[in-house]
Amino acid sequence: MRHLLSIEETPKEKIEEILSTAKGFLEISRRPIKKVPVLRGKTVVNLFFEPSTRTRSSFEIAAKRLSADVMNFSASVSSVRKGESLKDTVLNLEAMKTDLIVIRHPSPGAARFLTTFCRSAVINAGDGAHEHPTQALLDALTVLEHKGRLDGMKVVIVGDILHSRVARSDLFLFHKMGSSVVLSGPPTLLPPYFKALPAEVEYDLDRAVDGADVVIMLRLQMERMKGGFLPSLREYRARYQLTGERLSRMKPDGIVMHPGPINRGIELSHEVADSPRSVILDQVEKGVAVRMAVLSLLLGGEA
Amino acid sequence: MRILLKGGRVVSPQNKINTVADILIEDGEVKEIGKVNCGDCREYDLSGKYVFPGLIDMHVHFREPGREDAEDIASGSQAAAKGGFVAVAMMPNTSPPIDDPLRVRFVVEKARSAKVFVFPVGAFTKGRRGEELTEMALMAEEGAIAFSDDGLPVSNPLVLRRGLEYLLALDLPYLSHAEDLKLSQDGFVNETPFTAKLGLRGRPWVSEAVAISRDLLIAEFVGAKVHLQHISTKRGLELVAEAKERGVRVSCEVTPHHLLLDETYVSSFDPNFKMNPPLRSPEDREALVKGLREGLIDAIATDHAPHTYDDKEVEFDAAPFGVVGLETAVSLIWDKFVRRRVISPKRFAELLSVNPAKILGLRGFGKIEKGYPAHITVIDPKKEVVVDRDKFASKSRNTPFHGWKLRGAAVMTMVEGEVVSESF
Repeated sequence: MRHLLSIEETPKEKIEEILSTAKGFLEISRRPIKKVPVLRGKTVVNLFFEPSTRTRSSFEIAAKRLSADVMNFSASVSSVRKGESLKDTVLNLEAMKTDLIVIRHPSPGAARFLTTFCRSAVINAGDGAHEHPTQALLDALTVLEHKGRLDGMKVVIVGDILHSRVARSDLFLFHKMGSSVVLSGPPTLLPPYFKALPAEVEYDLDRAVDGADVVIMLRLQMERMKGGFLPSLREYRARYQLTGERLSRMKPDGIVMHPGPINRGIELSHEVADSPRSVILDQVEKGVAVRMAVLSLLLGGEA
Repeated sequence: MRILLKGGRVVSPQNKINTVADILIEDGEVKEIGKVNCGDCREYDLSGKYVFPGLIDMHVHFREPGREDAEDIASGSQAAAKGGFVAVAMMPNTSPPIDDPLRVRFVVEKARSAKVFVFPVGAFTKGRRGEELTEMALMAEEGAIAFSDDGLPVSNPLVLRRGLEYLLALDLPYLSHAEDLKLSQDGFVNETPFTAKLGLRGRPWVSEAVAISRDLLIAEFVGAKVHLQHISTKRGLELVAEAKERGVRVSCEVTPHHLLLDETYVSSFDPNFKMNPPLRSPEDREALVKGLREGLIDAIATDHAPHTYDDKEVEFDAAPFGVVGLETAVSLIWDKFVRRRVISPKRFAELLSVNPAKILGLRGFGKIEKGYPAHITVIDPKKEVVVDRDKFASKSRNTPFHGWKLRGAAVMTMVEGEVVSESF
């Protein structure tokens, strides 16, 4: 594996390898001295063209715990587009002899575009509404820890599917691992043709979560109201908020996940957000381990 | 000087020629068709080759004035000559747009020294803003042969109605870029399950079909002629078929890329597969090929849309729409459709010469006949070519067909008896 661009193109065996490597790395972060020399002397660049605290810090901590040198480069696309092109920006960074570039960018395909001209390994940390592969991998590791398996489960993804890279990556991952995926959300944010992907579409959230093992709630972007996708927040809340009542329709040991940051009182009621069934902070912990695994596998370090 | 084209198969459907014959050319005109011997002629042995009335590309963008770094009238017409075209219709979406008589004159002046005929299409509305009509009559006097806001539709139906009515007096065609911009919502690709997983915003088929149906109804109401550009969808084509049956005066064109590529190519995120209309589903593509075969489609036009390397070497959504087409169209259509017997050489001549000449009202084009100007394209059906963007005469390289191996190519282009390109 030279790059990690999408889950859709990553074979099942590779996903399993990343997850088992990540399990090993979980322990490192729990040590008092959280550092191993796996990537000593390697240079990792975090190239972020969208605001992100969680993913960028997670990659940064992951790289540092592996002893890599990390550089953070943040920019807004609008400022970059006026001046230097993305290609020139990356070529300039690469001239400093980088080994790996983690890129988040609002354009679908941006990470793949980098691989057409740069030497460094590339990790897609989110390209527009396309994919966010490390998020799906950390979701999988979280499910694995709580459920002991990834197959034969009912996984429900709820919310703004149309604009969500997390939904796409999760959908492909859980389908590949042998679970069934149900998508739920208002049809404007989940057009009927999503049925053609390996997933079911269920517009009624009560029915969607019925008997679910895992429910993944997506963040609702407030600008969807202006785009005419939704009439109002209260109507969205009434139909698509995960409430205690809906939580009780899931399997008794079913878990609730969210890629964060959460909108309390919108996609999740506070009782669900703070319930023991919510494993959102576990996901954050797994994120570091998964990213350590991907970094070490791409840079050829020994685990 | 006299030229003798010897022994080629001459295909000129308008005057029902489809036979091996010699053609004698003198003073820019066809003097003889048949068995001709000529002692002091420059002679070309064309046995095994096809001789067509000069091909016409009724849809090109030459970027002059404004973006001469991507293409200008001189380089664009060189690309046309090399690709086998004797004439092109140049769209007015330059910067500034060709929306007044002086600007039409500018193009006509520039075109005078070009290798092939470059006919200006004037803007339908001032500034292509879709609000006020341009001075179409005065522009026609300067040489505009048709009107269009191409690149944009005329979104206001009343402006379209008035413009079509106004054009009745001039008897010139309106070329319609049929698209509903609201339904297109600045999308980049066809909107289907396949593209949904790529996370790219969709420009769905319904945006084309709604606009086509509206244009057809308004044209029918006014009694005007309308030519639909770059049709890309099955539903759009069905609407054309239905309107033709009703007797609406409609014609339509399709591009080589919509005939040969579909949305699955977009998964590479390569901006050379980004065009407007976008590449559609395999089913749409099949419907276009069927329309080509069965005669519903009137013309093939390239929508030659040059963009500089730097403009296209960016993220998919940041790249401009469009691909070049002049230097690949003939080989693509010949290899994929004529050689494979989807269409006949006669139909090839209709799609690329006879019908474009008719739709645009170009006199002296679309026919090889005694006394007619000698606009001729010779095609070698056996010549093998590999598309190489680095050898284009065009200033731009943005082709989705780089590296394609094709059989059949234009080997000679003659404009008014003068050989403007030759590559036997």
